[in-house]
Amino acid sequence: MERIKLTIDGAPVEVDPGSTVLDAARKAGVHVPTLCFHPELRLEGSCRLCVVEIEGMQSLAASCVYPASSGMRVRTNSEVVRKTRKSIVELLLANHPQDCLVCPRHGTCELQEVSHQLGVRKVRFKNDARALAQDQSSVAVVRDPNKCILCGRCIRICEQVQKVSAIGLAGRGSKAVVTTPFGHGLAEGPCVACGQCIKVCPVAALKEADATEQTWRALSDPTLHTVVQVAPAVRAALGEEFGMRPGALVTEKLVTSLRKLGFNQVFDTQFGADLTIVEEGHELLRRLNESKHLPLITSCSPGWVKYAEHFCPEMLEHLSTCKSPQQMLGALVKTYYAEKIGVMPSNIFHVAIMPCTAKKFEASRPEMGRDGVRDVDAVLTTRELAAMLKEAGIDFANLPDSEFDLPLGMSSGAGGIFGVTGGVTEAVLRSVTELKTGKELEEIEFQGVRGFAGVREAVIALNGMTLKVAIVNSLGQAEKLLKKVKQGEAEYHFIEIMGCPSGCIGGGGQPFSKDPEIKHKRAAALYRQDHMKRVRKSHENPAIRELYRTFIGDPNGEKAHALLHTHYHARPRY
Amino acid sequence: MTESKCVGCTGSYTRDEKWDQLDEVMAKHKALEGALIMILHRAQLIFGYLPEDVQRYVAKSLNIPLADVYGVTTFYSSFSLTPRGKHRIAVCMGTACYVRGAGDLLTAFEKALGVKVGQTTTDGLFTLEASRCIGACGLAPVLTVGEDVYGNIMSAERVPDILRKYRAEKQQSEKVGLC
Ligand code: SF4
Ligand code: SF4
Ligand code: SF4
Repeated sequence: MERIKLTIDGAPVEVDPGSTVLDAARKAGVHVPTLCFHPELRLEGSCRLCVVEIEGMQSLAASCVYPASSGMRVRTNSEVVRKTRKSIVELLLANHPQDCLVCPRHGTCELQEVSHQLGVRKVRFKNDARALAQDQSSVAVVRDPNKCILCGRCIRICEQVQKVSAIGLAGRGSKAVVTTPFGHGLAEGPCVACGQCIKVCPVAALKEADATEQTWRALSDPTLHTVVQVAPAVRAALGEEFGMRPGALVTEKLVTSLRKLGFNQVFDTQFGADLTIVEEGHELLRRLNESKHLPLITSCSPGWVKYAEHFCPEMLEHLSTCKSPQQMLGALVKTYYAEKIGVMPSNIFHVAIMPCTAKKFEASRPEMGRDGVRDVDAVLTTRELAAMLKEAGIDFANLPDSEFDLPLGMSSGAGGIFGVTGGVTEAVLRSVTELKTGKELEEIEFQGVRGFAGVREAVIALNGMTLKVAIVNSLGQAEKLLKKVKQGEAEYHFIEIMGCPSGCIGGGGQPFSKDPEIKHKRAAALYRQDHMKRVRKSHENPAIRELYRTFIGDPNGEKAHALLHTHYHARPRY
Repeated sequence: MTESKCVGCTGSYTRDEKWDQLDEVMAKHKALEGALIMILHRAQLIFGYLPEDVQRYVAKSLNIPLADVYGVTTFYSSFSLTPRGKHRIAVCMGTACYVRGAGDLLTAFEKALGVKVGQTTTDGLFTLEASRCIGACGLAPVLTVGEDVYGNIMSAERVPDILRKYRAEKQQSEKVGLC
């Protein structure tokens, strides 16, 4: 098809058919401000901040939805355009609380950014900010409707990408709000706590439920022994919060920073991941032997688990009974480790640093503990940890390196790639093929399962049989694939499902980023870590072997079941 | 057609009958385009308003998110999420009516009924609303009670008279056991 030729502010530019005027402007290197636009979501054109003047047209056009056509002459910065944009921002600000200075999005807020960029220095309209109640019903996600600018990005990601639709637009005109049905709150509905809505919200209308206060309190309580674990995806992203290059792997500084905050022991969620792989690998082999409950579907993504409970309860017996790495490590900290150091589990305060908001929900599930003591007492997102480090005045980028504490801080490379879509599958394959064949793998990198496509499939030869696997990221993709499985159109032995697009590296608790390459950079960091590890297979982690020998006994055995496995239950969708 | 006669009347059907009717409506309209709005409209005729469990039931039956249904029921002002009175009093707030004292009229109704705009009296008899211009500017200020139109209501003193008429009707119908 013929390319479209047009001019943007006098400069000629060529774009592919189907492009919008905004695409053309960006191609021409012209910055057009946007708010409701988001590159990963369907177009809306409702905020109209991206208006431009197109020669021959009566009114201004919203460039994010207006199709580019040949011969078009576009002006992106005429006086009327600039004035219109300013008025739009002023109207938004007139309905907005004026508390930027104490706002969690101060510095990462897109409304602040456009207001500053457009040189808005005063608001000509009277401030009419609302005083609606915050929705604090969920243990993971908090909604503050007063800060909402009705851009609809959260609604679209929840509906289009996650296929949950926990929130929607209600009412009309000046009474319109983004809310849950009947205003009952996120905890009442099918929200899976994934936090993807937070990630796309341009302002502070959506945020994680705070766990920093509780963590600070524990850290300054001399009667508590404080233990922390850190998920793989955190070390691939935290540096961004401190001006480091995206994709920097900051593991050793991260360990140092946690000690500086005052944690007594710093463990690695990757140890939990190695344990999960060994348990899940044996579970897969057993199910293959018995030809029962196949496909086996992974259960380490709590957003996905909650989704399954609400939306496909009939599939629950396919879910691995393995707890997630966070909860496996949690159970060990409050049993194995507690016994070892002779401290009562209730005197250990265990914090998990996660790229995820759904992990907050997972840790709060009543089955994740024993005798009324939680295995994981608080879950901090990557962003929350960054905020704590900043509050503590820790100069992160210039910290010296240090190592995790042993034994629960020792991990294989396989445990680390858990943080990116396809990683769990690759880790499982590294172990299962060796357990099944008894022979050492020659090529341990399964390139076929890597990548970011929503659904990927691979067929692996396994000692005379072919193992069919599928890998899914985001819940919308999961829905599609599971429909096929249910209708018998697709058949697999193993399905990896990560609730968030691109896996944990793109989790709802990760730093806000506008880098279009961010997922590649964060993933590369985890694959780099894998490469640098001496041990790259979970079952070869010496600390894992030791744990089985001295404490757990057999994989999938009685003690393993009591501590490392769990169950699920159907939840209502309506 | 008992159905049209009993619109908005509470207590004329038992609960089960209403749900059966809703099922019938759903079966009929489910597959059609624009089914949701049509079904909600009929559901409101059956139940008098759109209670939560009705909206939930409709969403579930159509296999669509509850948030979508709630979005529709809160968008159109013709849908009501709270029980509505037997008689809907709508005071026109168009410019012509407004300048001729419709605001005072509304206040008088609020006082007389003990409710605010948008609310329903506890006896379920009246719902008070402010409407947009109904196009009867020649009669300003104008108000409607159900299908009845009252024009040139220049004095708020007429409010009790108007209400009396419908209260009397209620006693009548109770006597003959209509509805
Ligand atoms: S959301 Fe943005 S504009 Fe609103 S108060 Fe926070 S920083 Fe300021
Ligand atoms: S947390 Fe996830 S499921 Fe819940 S409202 Fe946000 S996007 Fe939707
Ligand atoms: S909550 Fe955030 S993302 Fe959702 S509409 Fe409001 S401003 Fe936009």
